[in-house]
Amino acid sequence: MNEKLEYLKSRVAARKMSRREFVGRATAMGVSAAAAGSMFASAARAAGPMRGGTLRAGLSGGASSDTLDPALVASEATHGILRCWTDHLVNVSPSGEIVPRLAEEVGSSPDAKTWHFRIRKGVEFHNGKTLTPEDVVATIERHTGDEAKSGAQGIVKGIESMAIQGDTVSITLSQANADFPYLMADYHLAIQPNGGKDDPNAGIGTGAYMIESNEPGVRTAFKRNPNDWDENRGYADNVEILVINDATARTSALQSGQVDMINRVDPKVAGLLDRAPNLTVKNVSGRGHYVFIMRIETDEFVNNDLRMALKLAINRQEMVDKILRGYGSAGNDFPINAAYPLFDDTIEQREYDPEKAAEYYRKSGHDGSPIILRTSDAAFPGAVEAAQLFQESAKAAGIPLEVKREPSDGYWSEVWNVKPFCASYWSGRPTQDQMYSTAYLSTAEWNDTQWKRPEFDAMLIEAKAELDPAKRKELYSRMARMLRDEGGLILPMFNDFVDAISTRVMGYEDDPNGELMDHFAMQRCWVEA
Amino acid sequence: MMRIPPAAAIGLFFTGLYFFIAVFAPWIAPYGMTEVVGDVWEPASRAHWLGTDSIGRDLLTRMIYGGRTTIFIATAATAISFVTGAILGFTAAVIGGWADQILSRLVDLIMSIPTLIFALVVLSVMPVNTLTLLLVMGFLDATRVYRLSRAVAVDINVMDYVEAARLRGEGRGWVIFREILPNALSPLVAEMGMRFIFMVLFVSTLSFLGLGVQPPEADWGGIVKENKDGIIYGIPAALVPAVAIATLAISVNLVADWILTRTTSLKGGRG
Amino acid sequence: MHPVMKLVAQRLALGILLLFAASVLIFAGTQILPGDVAQSILGQSATEKTLANLREQLGLNEPAVTRYFKWLFSALQGDLGTALTNGADIAESLGRRLKNTLFLAACAAVVSVPLAIALGLIAVRFRDRWPDKLISALTLTTISIPEFLLGYVLAYFIAVKLGWAPSVAMINDSMSLFEKLQAVALPVAVLTMVVLAHMMRMTRAAILNVMQSAYIETAELKGLSGLEVIRRHALPNAIAPIVNVVMLNLAYLVVGVVVVEVVFVYPGLGQYLVDHVSKRDVPVVQACGLIFAAVYIGLNMVADIVSILANPRLRHPK
Repeated sequence: MNEKLEYLKSRVAARKMSRREFVGRATAMGVSAAAAGSMFASAARAAGPMRGGTLRAGLSGGASSDTLDPALVASEATHGILRCWTDHLVNVSPSGEIVPRLAEEVGSSPDAKTWHFRIRKGVEFHNGKTLTPEDVVATIERHTGDEAKSGAQGIVKGIESMAIQGDTVSITLSQANADFPYLMADYHLAIQPNGGKDDPNAGIGTGAYMIESNEPGVRTAFKRNPNDWDENRGYADNVEILVINDATARTSALQSGQVDMINRVDPKVAGLLDRAPNLTVKNVSGRGHYVFIMRIETDEFVNNDLRMALKLAINRQEMVDKILRGYGSAGNDFPINAAYPLFDDTIEQREYDPEKAAEYYRKSGHDGSPIILRTSDAAFPGAVEAAQLFQESAKAAGIPLEVKREPSDGYWSEVWNVKPFCASYWSGRPTQDQMYSTAYLSTAEWNDTQWKRPEFDAMLIEAKAELDPAKRKELYSRMARMLRDEGGLILPMFNDFVDAISTRVMGYEDDPNGELMDHFAMQRCWVEA
Repeated sequence: MMRIPPAAAIGLFFTGLYFFIAVFAPWIAPYGMTEVVGDVWEPASRAHWLGTDSIGRDLLTRMIYGGRTTIFIATAATAISFVTGAILGFTAAVIGGWADQILSRLVDLIMSIPTLIFALVVLSVMPVNTLTLLLVMGFLDATRVYRLSRAVAVDINVMDYVEAARLRGEGRGWVIFREILPNALSPLVAEMGMRFIFMVLFVSTLSFLGLGVQPPEADWGGIVKENKDGIIYGIPAALVPAVAIATLAISVNLVADWILTRTTSLKGGRG
Repeated sequence: MHPVMKLVAQRLALGILLLFAASVLIFAGTQILPGDVAQSILGQSATEKTLANLREQLGLNEPAVTRYFKWLFSALQGDLGTALTNGADIAESLGRRLKNTLFLAACAAVVSVPLAIALGLIAVRFRDRWPDKLISALTLTTISIPEFLLGYVLAYFIAVKLGWAPSVAMINDSMSLFEKLQAVALPVAVLTMVVLAHMMRMTRAAILNVMQSAYIETAELKGLSGLEVIRRHALPNAIAPIVNVVMLNLAYLVVGVVVVEVVFVYPGLGQYLVDHVSKRDVPVVQACGLIFAAVYIGLNMVADIVSILANPRLRHPK
């Protein structure tokens, strides 16, 4: 029987046999259907990627008001679409290294103040224009310029000057940054012809797929770029991205075979979904985290005893169990976990302690009026439930919380970064420096907890230029402890990315940078014909 | 002694039961409304007759308190919408002329903007609490009742007995309450059952969009929504409140139907 | 002029006037939406500087009255402007969505209206007997279940388990009519269930109401059969409330199906509007509001005109 199975597998590897046929024959030989399925998958994978076919993804987070402008990308569906038609100077690999893309080579001056990117030659945009270093400079300029509305504006504002020498773009920073290439991997900084200054919505890039039709918030259809510079991607002939915002509709579309992969599977149903035939649930722990934000400069939360009382009054394990259903891990009130390089794992885990919380609450001298905690479905999946769990665990410590659910619309403009206490999320950044610089630097635009400590800022700047990893790790550890004990951040959990893919999709790899292989799944996976 | 047909008896029984539970919720519920007592979506057991919900609260308890919210809001909003809608509708029909035109066009104007969108705008400007919810729902719905009662009253208004009353010199109040109201009752009662269901469903829809009652309070629609991800896996927490909504709605309508037959038999003497 | 014609003409003029009033209301309404377009476009990525730039670029600093008249005059010329959020031409993208919405509404109406009236007539004919009770119970049940639950349950059983129709009703221009019909099968089923009960019950109640009248008794005494009486005497006289409720439900099918669109991922106008309300995209909200208002006012006008024409007392004034 084994010989016969091996023969069947070789037929599969030679692409002479379909999945249906293989499973049918193997089960006829007494192999269970599940085992036959995984045998087929490994045989097909061993044979390497296969070209052709159509790959369809159902993504959340799209709206009919979306644009193609990379500067304005902020949600999952627009991110997924962007990945298909664009390239960046560099990418971040699943293990956290810089991968050269449109920049063939990356180097820096010894003080990490000037960075050189040698631009790849012979790359063509979808409209036939050849990529030049000028396009790269124009792209960065568009995101930096005063009229820019780019989500990457904060990232590129440390750039002092740019210069072109032959094939190389040199970028000089106002202060040293050993992690600068990671900033260039930011998804907003997609390279467009003339930086997209002519028409940012044109959808012309160097990516694996060219846009065939785009109906915002509904469907975007791509066809393979015949002049793609990178052979190791773009396996399917056509890619379709369907926007399916409703979680239940997304899972049923996958189950009924209308799409091949979906993002954001609700952790509550992930286990149940995984039992369905012809699909697998994939989860990968990353740097994303769900948080409750206290703004330190408000009347209530200026008091660190009250902040500490609330940090002790949240039951982290219960949150991980009930909100994430185990697809994640407990947080420790600073935004860094083991997925980051230079993480200090010796920092003591904060536990739920209602008695100590009650003690701190008494010490804070709070007047006992309900503390209003604002939440919304938009804050993170399960945010309304999480707030209610928090309310219950705080009640046990004698701390009165009042949950106020806000409408999803307007949550990011009316509540987040405005109201004293609310639920929110962070998707994490590739490096500790980037995470802290984005949200915990005194002058950062997104400093939502109003964490303003000169000594913290000084350590952050020191760490940026510090090239000795041990010393850098020590600095980051001190910063983490400081934030954990005095900051306005309550971080109960780090969430996994949970995707689900059909068994006809091959080549999926875990990537902690983001969901669906950091949205590279559409170009790096292939489908069985 | 009046004979109650079986369908109406069933309707009366369930309506009565639900209203009883709604009123006495705190004494009936086995656990605290917000108390977390178990794991997520536990199946039914001796301790939790209906299992637990999406964060491990006792579902039966949630259902009892949820019923209280749903029934209270739907009843109050229906009352508001009927009192306002019917009085304005009859008045418009009886007075006629400019008053009728102005009222009717004003109602058309409000109705011409989709209810949901209207509610979304209003509720995102005003603070969301039970009172605003009630008023918004009641007044938006009053426009529907207005149109129906006006249409019915216009037809009745040209009937001979109304003209006879006018010739007798009866005032408008008499015409509205003694001539039109009794004769318009049957379509209105039929409509009232429908409006009540719409109210229940409208609260659910608002909860679906995150504009309903505030957590940890819940209404039945909200409980469906909290647990909806489990629907296609047969998790009872999503189905139980939906069944409750359905049985409440059906019961209320069975009662409304019965009242309808009674009023018509009183009026026409035909069975 | 015949008095009925006069009434109809009055009603038409009023409709147009009403549409203007609605445009004012819509414009004023959009001005009080909380939040800020620029902030919503940029979402969590907004910074003070990017916000100020975007506001300037979108022309949000002009006075409201100026903007109203500008908007009204261009709307009259068929130019609805461009969406603030993605710079798309509103008339074009809205047209596509409107076509989808009307397609879905038409399919649902074609199924539900005749079905509702037929069921209503059957219910009256077999009043208080089992067909009446069965119809009553079934329609009551379907209307009593929340739309999204109906949708999910149908999607699960019919699309996932049986594979008869797709669970995602996404239609586009490259599909044939048959494919489109297959795609919308589930949403049409849900919408039919939702609107059926209301129309059916109103038909039944209105006809029963008329059946109390003396002339029906006369007709029955003349020896006409039950169905004949209903068809020739009761139905024509019950037409006004029936048309009224049918129009209400048609309007609902066009303007009120957001939830069904969400569940079946249908690219209709409701979803389009909600997306833009949440992004504070004022020109789109205004344009959608105007379309909805026009649909609604138009359907009501039809209902009123039919009532005028159907009322014998108005048709033959003394």
